Amino acid sequence: MSSRDIILASIRANLPKLERPLPAVPKFEENAPADLVEAFGKNLTRMGGRLVTDPTDDMRATVRGLLEDSRLVCSAAPEIEGELDLAVADPRALADVDHAVVRACCGVAETGSVLLTDVDLKVNALAYLAQHLIVLLDPADIVVNIHSAYAREEFRERRYAVFHSGPSATADIEGVLILGAQGVRSLSVLLVRRNSGELDQAQTAQPIQRLS
Amino acid sequence: MTRGTQGDRPDNAKPEPQPRGALHKGNRPINQAEAAERFLAAPRHQQQHDTRLWTLRQRRDDQMWAMPEWEEMRSLASAIKEHTLSHLDTYLEMFEANAEANGVVVHWAKDAAEHNRIVLDVLALHGAKTLIKSKSMLTEECGFRADLAKAGVEVVETDLGERIQQLDDEDPSHVVVPAVHKLRTDVAKVFAATIGSDPDNDDPPYLAGAQRDATRPLILNAGAGMTGANFLVAETGAVVVCTNEGNADLCANIPDLHIVSVGIEKLVPRTEDLAIFVRMLSRSALGSPITQYTSHFRGPRKGGEMHVVLVDNGRSERLGMEEFWTSLKCIRCGACMNTCPVYRRSGGLSYGATYSGPIGLIIDPTFNARKYSNLPFASTLNGSCTNVCPVKINIHEQIYAWRKVLVRQHETPFVKRAAMKAAGALFARPAVYRAAIERTNDALASLPRFVIYNGLNAWGKGREMPHPPAETFHQWYFRNRGGRP
Repeated sequence: MSSRDIILASIRANLPKLERPLPAVPKFEENAPADLVEAFGKNLTRMGGRLVTDPTDDMRATVRGLLEDSRLVCSAAPEIEGELDLAVADPRALADVDHAVVRACCGVAETGSVLLTDVDLKVNALAYLAQHLIVLLDPADIVVNIHSAYAREEFRERRYAVFHSGPSATADIEGVLILGAQGVRSLSVLLVRRNSGELDQAQTAQPIQRLS
Repeated sequence: MTRGTQGDRPDNAKPEPQPRGALHKGNRPINQAEAAERFLAAPRHQQQHDTRLWTLRQRRDDQMWAMPEWEEMRSLASAIKEHTLSHLDTYLEMFEANAEANGVVVHWAKDAAEHNRIVLDVLALHGAKTLIKSKSMLTEECGFRADLAKAGVEVVETDLGERIQQLDDEDPSHVVVPAVHKLRTDVAKVFAATIGSDPDNDDPPYLAGAQRDATRPLILNAGAGMTGANFLVAETGAVVVCTNEGNADLCANIPDLHIVSVGIEKLVPRTEDLAIFVRMLSRSALGSPITQYTSHFRGPRKGGEMHVVLVDNGRSERLGMEEFWTSLKCIRCGACMNTCPVYRRSGGLSYGATYSGPIGLIIDPTFNARKYSNLPFASTLNGSCTNVCPVKINIHEQIYAWRKVLVRQHETPFVKRAAMKAAGALFARPAVYRAAIERTNDALASLPRFVIYNGLNAWGKGREMPHPPAETFHQWYFRNRGGRP
């Protein structure tokens, strides 16, 4: 008998003889905050992330501001052009990236999380090898809580889907909180609409001009 | 001494040496109390440990009060786990079929040895000589690193706490915060000796930065990556990993080969069920609403390979233990450890087992009833563990039930057994009992301390005996009522 068969046979011989139906799981959306964007921002900040609003309505200028000191920018977001071609990149080629830019599928108000997938990231390691991560999020893509987020198709269709809630962090030494553990040192979420007038396909090919 | 933050340590105080864990003497029972005494004798370690864990417990409470549906979530979590465990064969087969359809290679391991062999075979096929990994209690259970080292494979832990423990050649002392029993001075000493950090700098951000910088090249050059898993989703074949440091996602997303080691009890049926556990895990563990990263791996990256090793190692047998099978509901949040007065004051390494604290007391004897026969007695049975458990395991009742099992199997020390037998004889005969109480009261009032507080009197260790009353109830009753009812 294979180990698989031995284990399954042992489980069947030992199954608790009980009737335990699988319960329906409610969405718990009745206590939803009135303003999802505000709740998202508050919870993101609590997790060590930063919410960047765009007062000028000039997304490119705002991103330029965030990238001012960056030595190497790599972008997986269609709106922003970076300096490395992700279509051919080996994950290890991203070791020196300072800032990575990516667009999130959705945000979660309850936890201040953003959902990223392999399709958004192009190279998954980008979100961890970069020193800093900038995430573009359409405020209309913010959902109430984790239950609402799990109703999304990405969890059935993508090979990789990850909630990022703040930057990488550790408190393994005497409970002292340190942002920037093994992954990114900072996470900035920039609220910017998907395909808003200014950001249509015609403009996406233009490289972003950085001040350097 | 230190250029870092001073904490509450006086400037010129010498670092307190770290108390070490329980002594292992082959298969002889671990003496948890002895190791705990040594931990208590190191006041700075003991106080930091107690305070840190109690802070986690308080943060957990804040999260609980902020969530009106908390108790409903606990009931749902328990119901989902009990349903899954009572249909475990079906859901494992469903997971296997869906994961394989997504391109994942699924392996089955009966025990620790088979798990380690499977991983070695997969590594050998890829010619991988170095393996980077994230934290996994299952690999601790399997003695994984030692076995791989024997086969010439270098394993590098990438979680800060786990790396500290690996470099110090010590087991993790807590399922979530592996080095919580150490002070910054201990970490500075370990890192200075192993990764070449400044021995005079014990500033935690400096130490964490030194480990990050030393680990990054190992991550970039590794032949393979390994993660554990917090949950498996049967209906989608997803492997779910919850971490804070980003190291699991580095391990899984940089080398071409990703191996997942996971116990067969980690299944949930549907993605909607997962929501319940993801919302409760970090709230219970650290008092944060969610971990920094909650990663869902459904298949290999383009050009890569993903393997999942499903490990039994005693779990299917535990499923058949009527009083103890619900311990398989555990999601390893550590809330029971953070709240336990015994754990907080004795340190996880005093248990001398993979799992420490209240959940350890009820899991460890299933691995070795003799070696861990003392552990179920390392509890006050106050029930706090049960109250904080997010999946409603009746931990303190199982601790008590284990005591009965171990006494029946004679897996308790001679002195405890003899004392219990004598007590049993005494309680069975009221006249003898009354005479004994009178004599004991006299003795306690008049005997010198060294006679009362000797090695046979376990109660008298670290505790004062109760003050004897001037007369027993029966003496009072006879004096006042003359023996009439």
